[in-house]
Amino acid sequence: MMENPLVKGIVGAAVLAALISAALLFLIWLERKFIGRLQHRYGPNRAGKFGILQMVVDGIKLLTKEDIIPEKADRAVFTAAPILAFAIAFLPFAAIPFSESLVVSNINIGILYILAVSSLAVVPTIMAGWSPNNKYNLLGGMRAAAMMISYEVPAALAIIGVVMLAGSLNMVEIVKAQEKIWFFIPQIIGFSVFVVAAFVETARLPFDLSEAESELVQGWTTEYSGMKFAMLLFAEYIHSILASLLIVILFLGGWHGPVLPPAVWLLLKTFAVMLLLMWVRATVPRVRINQLLNIGWKILIPAALLNIALTGYARLLLG
Amino acid sequence: MIQEDSDRKLALARARPNCFAPTFGSAIFPCGIAEGRMILNIGPQHPSTHGVLRLQVELEGERVISVTPIIGYLHRGFEKIAENRNYIQVIPLTDRLDYLSSMANNMVYVKAVEELLGVQIPERAEYIRVIMLELQRIASHLAAVGFYGNDLGLAFTAMMYTFRERELILDLFESVCGARLTYNYLRFGGVREDLPGNFKEKAREVLARLKPKIDEYERFLSEDEIFLMRTKDIGVLNPEDAINMGATGPVLRGSGVKTDTRITDSYTIYDKFDWEIVTGKDGDCFSRYAVWINEMRQSIKIVEQALDTLPEGPYLAKVPKLLKPPAGEVYSRIESPRGELCMHLISDGAATNPYRLKIRSPAFCNLSLLPHLAKNVLIADLIAITGSLDPVFGEIDR
Repeated sequence: MMENPLVKGIVGAAVLAALISAALLFLIWLERKFIGRLQHRYGPNRAGKFGILQMVVDGIKLLTKEDIIPEKADRAVFTAAPILAFAIAFLPFAAIPFSESLVVSNINIGILYILAVSSLAVVPTIMAGWSPNNKYNLLGGMRAAAMMISYEVPAALAIIGVVMLAGSLNMVEIVKAQEKIWFFIPQIIGFSVFVVAAFVETARLPFDLSEAESELVQGWTTEYSGMKFAMLLFAEYIHSILASLLIVILFLGGWHGPVLPPAVWLLLKTFAVMLLLMWVRATVPRVRINQLLNIGWKILIPAALLNIALTGYARLLLG
Repeated sequence: MIQEDSDRKLALARARPNCFAPTFGSAIFPCGIAEGRMILNIGPQHPSTHGVLRLQVELEGERVISVTPIIGYLHRGFEKIAENRNYIQVIPLTDRLDYLSSMANNMVYVKAVEELLGVQIPERAEYIRVIMLELQRIASHLAAVGFYGNDLGLAFTAMMYTFRERELILDLFESVCGARLTYNYLRFGGVREDLPGNFKEKAREVLARLKPKIDEYERFLSEDEIFLMRTKDIGVLNPEDAINMGATGPVLRGSGVKTDTRITDSYTIYDKFDWEIVTGKDGDCFSRYAVWINEMRQSIKIVEQALDTLPEGPYLAKVPKLLKPPAGEVYSRIESPRGELCMHLISDGAATNPYRLKIRSPAFCNLSLLPHLAKNVLIADLIAITGSLDPVFGEIDR
């Protein structure tokens, strides 16, 4: 029965959606708690033990908030943007292998598929930036578009190095190729480039220019309230989870690790990368938009190209 | 003056009805700006306007073409109220001016009245005043550094850290005068109450804890690559402009002008202590921030010396409760954490209330530099520059 692709797809989608939503609630709680500790405060500690129910309470709050659509907004686009953003955020997970067999769709061009669908995320961002007729939204949306488009290039170029080493575009094959050595060692340049690019794509501090609270109030989500805002927020969080998963799968050996089951290793590593994301968020200020684009085009892309050249040369030498 | 400027813009806009009309934004701002530009109102409700500042910004994409600060949202008619209060009743009003440095506001007013009266202040009172003023300066600069982190997008970390130490100073103030923000502590001829018994030890503890923490902020901020990228060479104010445009305090000293009314006027007993005027090098946002950090170190030095040499004796000279100073006027100025805070006090000699009390607010004068500094910068720089001027609206709007 599980061999039927339709059944497998539906079951996989349901399980993944449930798992990701659960992880989402936990991670938001973890982030608030972790950053609270870094900032010399407690973080949520009222709802449930250690405030673990805080996200449930917040979810109920967001659901019952008034859903405001600005008078001059383009209603259809305004409403569609959060739905699209939320849906698109889930798409790449179809090709993510949680272990050798735990993968919804083990397609041969997995990494290409992930790059393609995750770059769709810029569309709802521009929709959300343009439709409410708010200047802050507009500026935030433009920044988000500029960021995502500029940083997809170095991310993709950095992945090429991995693909050259693994000799495959299949995600499972890429992880299998890291059995002896995790790719972040031979691909240290590519790893650095990809981590920075992934940070930018998640639009978190220091690269949260599209939100930029101190400049643009709430950036491209300024006019959204209630559940629409929650969906945009969750979509951003899912991007962070995806970025961490990709860093682990492409460079940190995926599910490889002793003793524990493979899926557990993968999740542990992903959480470690997420913690790094949170740590950075509480530590450094935000860069400016021109500085950000300079880093992307003038440093990361040349570095990624150099990495490809070096990888190719090394492969040639080593046969 | 600022309101007039924006009115002129609006009038100009109305005179040219056929130009490009932006489809977004409210109808309050009709067309009148060049094609491809838009007017963005930052504030008065905005996360990083330090209160209720409204910046009317003309933007071309992300680039700030011109900026007009619009103030007055916190206006409470302080100067007028002061004309209807007894001299002593004005002291709690001054607390509400620059609410991050109420001690300095107390001081400048008390000093003005004392100069009118010609009171001799007991030595112990002078020492207590200096201790309070310098602790206040540290507390205020701590807040400034913390808020500046927020302006640069530091997700509250710097603020939580600096406020942790500021809290200790507020605890000291609380033990001295019972209040944490509006102290109402200084009196004509001295201070309201003597220091509590264990104040010296407590204050030394706080200072000892503060010193390594200031180094910690330096490691955290001044050595951060992104912080440097965001503040170096941004909002550069050269010394000539700084003087000509009336900048004072850390903004003026950040431009390398070595002046400080604590030394030039040598009011109270600042000349008894060994300390230096802190100046910056480049006049950019980073220099102004560096002045905050280094001034805190100097203030610690002053407080330590004052604690060591604090004499015994009365803390309050004998001054009648209901004052009727002789006719005359006096211009009193001190170095508040934000710059030169001055009060022009006129007494008609007949009434128990001031005839006129005019305040020269350093934050107001420093903020008026913003249109000059924020020309042709990006929005993010505009926020960074505004933060580096450290405006406090209790004082600007009065």
